[in-house]
Amino acid sequence: MLEGLLIGLQTAFSIQNLLMVIGGCLIGTFIGMLPGLGPMSIIAIMIPVAISMGDPSAALILLAGVYYGAIFGGSTSSILLNAPGVAGTVASSFDGYPMARQGKAGKALTVAAIASFAGGTVGALLLMIFAPALSSVALLFHSAEYFALMVVGLSAIAAFAGTGQVAKAIVMTILGLIMATVGEGALFNLPRFTMGILDLQSGFGFITLAMAMFALPEALFLVLKPKDLQGDDGAIKDLRITGAEARAIAPVIGRQSLQGFFIGVLPGAGATIASFLGYAVERNIAPKKEQDEFGKGSVKGLAAPETANNAACTGSFVPLLTLGIPGSGTTAILLGALIALNVTPGPRLMLDEPQIFWAVIMSMFIGNLILLILNLPLIPYIAKVLAVPRNYLIPFILFFTLMGAYIGQNNATELLILVGFGICATALKFADYPLAPLLIGFILGAMMENNFARSMQLYDGISFIWERPMTLGLLAIAVFLVVLPSYRARRAKAHKDGVAEGD
Amino acid sequence: MALDRWIALVLLGICMAYGYAAWFTMDASLAPFMKRNPIWPSTFPKVLSVLAIITTLVILLGLEKSEPKEADIDYRRLGDYHLGQAILLLALMVAYALCLRPLGFLISTSALLVLGSFILGERKWHVMLPVALIATVAVWYLVQGVLGIYMRPLPGFLGG
Repeated sequence: MLEGLLIGLQTAFSIQNLLMVIGGCLIGTFIGMLPGLGPMSIIAIMIPVAISMGDPSAALILLAGVYYGAIFGGSTSSILLNAPGVAGTVASSFDGYPMARQGKAGKALTVAAIASFAGGTVGALLLMIFAPALSSVALLFHSAEYFALMVVGLSAIAAFAGTGQVAKAIVMTILGLIMATVGEGALFNLPRFTMGILDLQSGFGFITLAMAMFALPEALFLVLKPKDLQGDDGAIKDLRITGAEARAIAPVIGRQSLQGFFIGVLPGAGATIASFLGYAVERNIAPKKEQDEFGKGSVKGLAAPETANNAACTGSFVPLLTLGIPGSGTTAILLGALIALNVTPGPRLMLDEPQIFWAVIMSMFIGNLILLILNLPLIPYIAKVLAVPRNYLIPFILFFTLMGAYIGQNNATELLILVGFGICATALKFADYPLAPLLIGFILGAMMENNFARSMQLYDGISFIWERPMTLGLLAIAVFLVVLPSYRARRAKAHKDGVAEGD
Repeated sequence: MALDRWIALVLLGICMAYGYAAWFTMDASLAPFMKRNPIWPSTFPKVLSVLAIITTLVILLGLEKSEPKEADIDYRRLGDYHLGQAILLLALMVAYALCLRPLGFLISTSALLVLGSFILGERKWHVMLPVALIATVAVWYLVQGVLGIYMRPLPGFLGG
């Protein structure tokens, strides 16, 4: 392994390759900030450049830089503007945006950068050590387990069911699941609930819905009730994280790097579920006092999804490199690039061309490190976005939400859908319905139904739930995650009452 | 009746329509061989519609006690806020959606940015116009030139 590492280092530390990483990180960060252009589309755009270089190691190093840069750029727009452009960064806006509203935008970005760095680096370490062994674990997961995993992911909504909000959170989740059934499903080839409207044939667009649920109501609220975006005194303060905060997020980062990585290893689960699950798990194991902070600008609540997201992105390279199975859209595009460069990922890759395997791993380390070095000094300037006068900022937010929805589908009807849903979402926000569960339900809904349908067909009924112990175990975890918070809340209340009586 | 229960009523209506479609009309178009499947396209929607109707009823009937919270914006006094600006901006977005294809990207986007600031009360034309034009051209160049996503820049009759 040491020999392999040295080969990788040797490849990565040439002037040309270092410039590739720096260029890739910068391109990725700046394009990734535009909602609607996620890592997948940016990598797809960069592929012609990468292939024309001819050297597979240099190409992979460039693409790794773009990949990590794009993920970080995506978190920037969800933290600063509440406009998550990628499903994996939706969970980052739950706590990142409240932090930015409290004038801690710089700190939020710093936490995000550090958490991403740690997640990516730990992920790359795990990839290095466990890649060969994990490939067999990934194959153990069948559609039944995937279905159960989605159910566990849905339990993240318990985090939004505050006091007296349980029914509302559940309604919004079910509404999200209902919206996911609109359009043509992968398994049935039958348009459902399109009401004969051709534009609905492919379902609602994720970005349209994300913008309508998060960014538009926020912008409308800012119009209705003008508020200073930068907090009370207008200055961007608290760039650094304090020692206490560092101690608070260190265990979160440690846990979520591991958990995120192992979820990322499973093909098809990926960064989105990892980030929701990371958020849910961290909220559940936090002490009661900190639990109430979640959703209102908790450092832990921001660090958890950011770490898990990046660790999962790294984890998704395990099935790609060891089995040749791309587990996500991004790795599928990378697979195409590798094949175009005359490298075939699969079980033989580590034996036949070890220098490529190690160059990929080294490029991950270097990409993460360079991203951290480049972005930490840039954070005050990125956070300055919020210092733009309100009269200019709001039209630009509206414009970027429209562009995000338009670029994805190239369809002007999508913009009307966006405005329509935006108005509905604002009304729901007035009535104090949580909007995040709807988006979680929508994202997980389609995957959940497909895996459920597949396992139903494989087992000819729902017997898979008790015949596969792993499915049963995961479902038990989901029940546990939903029940535990309410049990703890009830116990805390009983405890409080008891104390009151004792006095 | 409070707004959240009115919304629950509307949602209940939507879910009933959805449930009606799932339970009674969808299976008619199912091919005979698909009827032998253990799962139908309507299975998942059927389950969802039942769950949705139950939970919306819980809210509608007020079965769950909740403490009223101090909301960020009180919807009962919407008139006190800048409601006109918000409605005008929404109308502007709709107009943008309708104009984007026929008028081309450059004209509609700069109009959106300038009018958006104007509605919010900005009157410094010497700042507004250059900012909007530079941003429009920059984004158009990025999307069209660098990313290669086609967007019609000018109105059709100018050859865009």
